[in-house]
Amino acid sequence: MSLLEVKDLHTSFFTDAGEVKAVNGVSFNLDEGKVLGIVGESGSGKSVTAYSIMQILAGAGKIVSGSIKFRGQELVNSGESVMKTIRGNKISIIFQDPMTSLNPTYTIGKQLMEAILLHTDRNKEQARERAIEMLQLVNVNEPEKRMKQYPHEFSGGMRQRVMIAMALACEPDILIADEPTTALDVTIQAQILELMQNIQKKLGMAIIMITHDLGVVAQMCDEVIVMYAGSICEQGTADAIFYNPCHEYTKGLIRSIPTDANSGQRLKPISGTPIDLLNMPKGCAFAPRCEQALKICLREKCQRMQIDADHQAACWMNVKKLKEGGAINE
Amino acid sequence: MSNENKKTLVEVKHLKEYFNINVGAFKTKPLKAVDDVSFTIKEGETLGLVGESGCGKTTVGRTLLNLYKPTSGEIWFDGKEIKTKKDIKEFRKDATMVFQDPYSSLNPRMTVSDIIAEPLDIHKMYKTKQERQDRILELMSYVGLNSEHASRYAHEFSGGQRQRIGIARSLAVDPKFIVCDEPVSALDVSIQAQVINMFEELQDKLNLTYLFIAHDLLVVRHISDRIAVMYLGKMVELADADEIYKRPLHPYSKSLMSAVPIPDPKIARENQRIVLSGDIPSPLNAPSGCPFRTRCPHATAACAESMPEFKEVSKGHFVACHRVGEIN
Repeated sequence: MSLLEVKDLHTSFFTDAGEVKAVNGVSFNLDEGKVLGIVGESGSGKSVTAYSIMQILAGAGKIVSGSIKFRGQELVNSGESVMKTIRGNKISIIFQDPMTSLNPTYTIGKQLMEAILLHTDRNKEQARERAIEMLQLVNVNEPEKRMKQYPHEFSGGMRQRVMIAMALACEPDILIADEPTTALDVTIQAQILELMQNIQKKLGMAIIMITHDLGVVAQMCDEVIVMYAGSICEQGTADAIFYNPCHEYTKGLIRSIPTDANSGQRLKPISGTPIDLLNMPKGCAFAPRCEQALKICLREKCQRMQIDADHQAACWMNVKKLKEGGAINE
Repeated sequence: MSNENKKTLVEVKHLKEYFNINVGAFKTKPLKAVDDVSFTIKEGETLGLVGESGCGKTTVGRTLLNLYKPTSGEIWFDGKEIKTKKDIKEFRKDATMVFQDPYSSLNPRMTVSDIIAEPLDIHKMYKTKQERQDRILELMSYVGLNSEHASRYAHEFSGGQRQRIGIARSLAVDPKFIVCDEPVSALDVSIQAQVINMFEELQDKLNLTYLFIAHDLLVVRHISDRIAVMYLGKMVELADADEIYKRPLHPYSKSLMSAVPIPDPKIARENQRIVLSGDIPSPLNAPSGCPFRTRCPHATAACAESMPEFKEVSKGHFVACHRVGEIN
């Protein structure tokens, strides 16, 4: 049994303009101690997938169907009282913007202790000790002094450290990191990523790393999911995704990044603009931007197919390749 | 590079930009956003300017265009010094800017054609309405926008398309030089590549010179001929793009280059990152001597005493570090 099993998850936002299918049939498993990366561009549904797991969707958002199982326990429609025992305790989340994730009117210490007091039976003094211990874990200097300070006295990188300390205070089994370093500078990003890797080795929790930066994925992740328009186009080990991409969108994304290999040449971008989730095409969502699109791509959505033991992709091009190779007939 | 024989288009000498910050009821303190920066850009060249937030890279771009009045220093363009109000007005026909945020840099009450034509209106660069209209359509075709978009408003466009509108506007006066301030940072990867290509194509077609400011080192390296690295208002290193990326000499550039996440798992796993400790000091309380010494793994007592000179260590490779000879 996997630590987390997400099966055919559909999450929609019901807006005045109509139903926006932000997550459209997402399935994946997360094993203990693994780092899973979810990559995609804005609007691909990567954050909404995370928010669905935590059930912290904003007003208009709703899980329409599907199942999310944590250690075999069903979370969808389980009710708020069950979710309260999961959130922050078994599954924690850190957000992109450390500037707005902390309450400016409370001290760092109070905010750190809040989570500990809520989820464990430690008393105030023990919670304080635990909070200081957590600040030491994330390499905040002079933790006792820092406990009494307010968020505005912290720099961006320091605030993100505090967020990580807060998320890990109850030793969760899963840490969801939603673009944890996007708002930070490169050298600070390197500090935070290294910190996350070290803590992961020490505490052994699983991480879901949501990002648009393929560089961060390459550095951090064992497994990678590539999302486009609310669906998973490709899933596999980091090596499989980077060295043998089998979905045209993944290939396009990798080609779009300036690297050593294409230095001095023109980049090969994906043409067109991101899809409008209110007007989804009938077939493959990526077909309108895909240079290789076949007739069937416009007509019918491709199901996920097994490429290797731990590599799946949902692209008709793979079927075409197999046919040309004579591996399958009509 | 093939730019060696070309003439120098932009020259900045000892540029300083200090902002006065209130630190008490009647007390102000100078914030040295840009402190004694000098560089040149040749015609048709792209100079990349990198550094972390607060290092003064945007201020360099803005002061260069006289959007801020320089505290001291000289700005030369095409062999003439830009000094008087009249110089500045003329200069702005030759030098324009593309901004980072395609959402806040376009007026929501103006149509696309009015946004693009605003510089033309200001500089009175057309005789008839028809001429204005033709120019707008020409500019829109340069950046890959359809003519039917002309009468729409900015909010009807995606981020990438808005950035195209901003670029069309910057091209309106037929400039020689464009300051691009983080023009692709707000865009998704696939759209970012489209816009980078467009910058390169426009440069070839219109013989443009760019100052390309960004924090994404992979992007800057791709588009730039030379790269300058800034830290706390000072320029610490300047060299050819490949040279500085592969053989950085300043300890700050070294850690910056090694911190870039490479989109290749095998390289990323083996990459020996030089992770700096601590945060960037506030520019209000900049360290004495070398600004980087508080985070530098090689700092000695001498580094606290004087600011190292920005000197040429090999052809075209400038570094400001006391110990550059010892640590490399």
